[in-house]
Amino acid sequence: MNIIRRILGVAWVALGPLAVYYLIKTAAIEIAKKPVIDTKIQWIVFIVVCIPISIGLVIFGYYALKGEYDE
Amino acid sequence: MPSTQGIRKVIVASSLGTLIEWYDFYIFGSLATVIASQFFPKTNPTAALLSTLGTFAAGFIVRPFGALVFGRLGDLIGRKYTFLLTLIIMGSSTFAIGLVPNYQTIGFFAPLIVLLLRLLQGLALGGEYGGAATYVAEHAPDHKRGYYTSWIQTTATLGLFVSLGVILITRHALDQDPARSIAKFNEWGWRIPFLVSIVLVVVSIYIRLRMKESPLFEKLKSEGKTSVNPLKESFTHKYNLKIVLLTLFGATMGQGVVWYTGQFYAQSFIENACKIDFDQSRTILIWAILFATPFFVVFGGWSDKVGRKWIMIAGMLLSVLTYRFLFNQLLDAAEIKTATELANRKEVKSTITPIPRSQLSLRVAITSNYYDGGMILSETKRDTVNEQGIIKSIKPDVKISKTLGTSQYWRMVLVVFVMILYVTMVYGPIAAFLVELFPTKIRYTSMSLPYHIGNGVFGGLTPFIATLLTTIYVDNKLVGLMYPIIIVGICLVIGTFYIRNTSAKNIIE
Repeated sequence: MNIIRRILGVAWVALGPLAVYYLIKTAAIEIAKKPVIDTKIQWIVFIVVCIPISIGLVIFGYYALKGEYDE
Repeated sequence: MPSTQGIRKVIVASSLGTLIEWYDFYIFGSLATVIASQFFPKTNPTAALLSTLGTFAAGFIVRPFGALVFGRLGDLIGRKYTFLLTLIIMGSSTFAIGLVPNYQTIGFFAPLIVLLLRLLQGLALGGEYGGAATYVAEHAPDHKRGYYTSWIQTTATLGLFVSLGVILITRHALDQDPARSIAKFNEWGWRIPFLVSIVLVVVSIYIRLRMKESPLFEKLKSEGKTSVNPLKESFTHKYNLKIVLLTLFGATMGQGVVWYTGQFYAQSFIENACKIDFDQSRTILIWAILFATPFFVVFGGWSDKVGRKWIMIAGMLLSVLTYRFLFNQLLDAAEIKTATELANRKEVKSTITPIPRSQLSLRVAITSNYYDGGMILSETKRDTVNEQGIIKSIKPDVKISKTLGTSQYWRMVLVVFVMILYVTMVYGPIAAFLVELFPTKIRYTSMSLPYHIGNGVFGGLTPFIATLLTTIYVDNKLVGLMYPIIIVGICLVIGTFYIRNTSAKNIIE
């Protein structure tokens, strides 16, 4: 079980930046589709809120990889 | 530890206040359309911008921020006075929203004041739940913590239930003629649910003022062991940060999304994708909540025996596996193609209302087609016409809504009930689970932040992202479920592999 926990840690580390990339890409597409201040504000709010969460996911993955959650 | 009667008082005092806070928060969301027309006219870009800020900032930024502010306060000065303060802030903001003059009366100040009050609501909500859950848990005996804290867990759903009920009753009680009653509600009656809140809040404040501080916090305080800097201890000490992250990604993230999918997205899906009329889409949810709410206590109590983890994991697993099937059942129940139209029962009603200070009138034509099984398909067409009855609108406003027959109606209630049952599985034991993870001196701060990120951000994003996906992939009505299935799926994997099963843990340090 501990090996699975550590291997999955790699996935969580990778998922953080991947999620931010996908979010920024979607934001750019949506803002280009409807370039009004409302759209910009709501996507900026999402990005501002989601970047720290993604960093948290990377830290979580790093801890898992290092065996911090091993039993 | 208090006696059984004592713990009941603790639960009533905490739950009543938390229920009122949820009620206050939801009436704004449930009345978003009416509030938008009163305070945030689309014709004014600044007002529309403030509306967007109110919608997104209150849930996504201010709620987690409130968790930090009041969590810290609760660990420094105590649970009782902190969650008393959040109740006062929430209650007075809600009451004040009911008093704010509309945009037509005071112009730009109207949306600005409403935005500020909405942000205060988000801030207060961020501090309330952690306080109430911690307060009850710190009074409860170890072997009944899941059971007692599950009463707090019912409050979020019951707050939604009460808000929907009060809105529906007020909407239909202002005039004997239903159409006039709705018109009056949209004009001024929407203020009543906000104003009513103050009575409930005053009663709840009175009850809470008579309660004592949590015994565990009192003990810590008398020994001089309270935290000096709860934020630093919660989020910079490696051991606690590890648990905070695990709690967020392995429990509250999935729980929040299951919560929002089963209650908010389901209702929005019934109204917008299935085109069920306003009242029915809400009463379906009301019935489902009524039948499912006791299961919060059932699963909370059960978690004292079998542990918190596997009940929550089972709720997430069932959600991931069956969401597509369940939402498909909703579409199927609303399907008109399989029903037979009753040709001799078609009705057309038309009304013409002069538009004040103009030569034009508003013509509303409602065509109702009746089907076997009791389903009614109504098409409401709004045109602007001149004195000769000639249409002046460039494009008429056409809305389709369906009224379900008895069997389809109860079929939908059953489907939503199952979704809320999943909510009770993930949400019933979670307060006890969170409380048992953190030490008393930083408990309020540490559990509040992951809870409000999980619910406010991941959960709160559910209706927005699901709707966004349906606008991108227009042919697939179930595409919006990708978001809850993926997020809950990730949380399910993390929860299964990393979280330890706990119950009846001693939380006295």
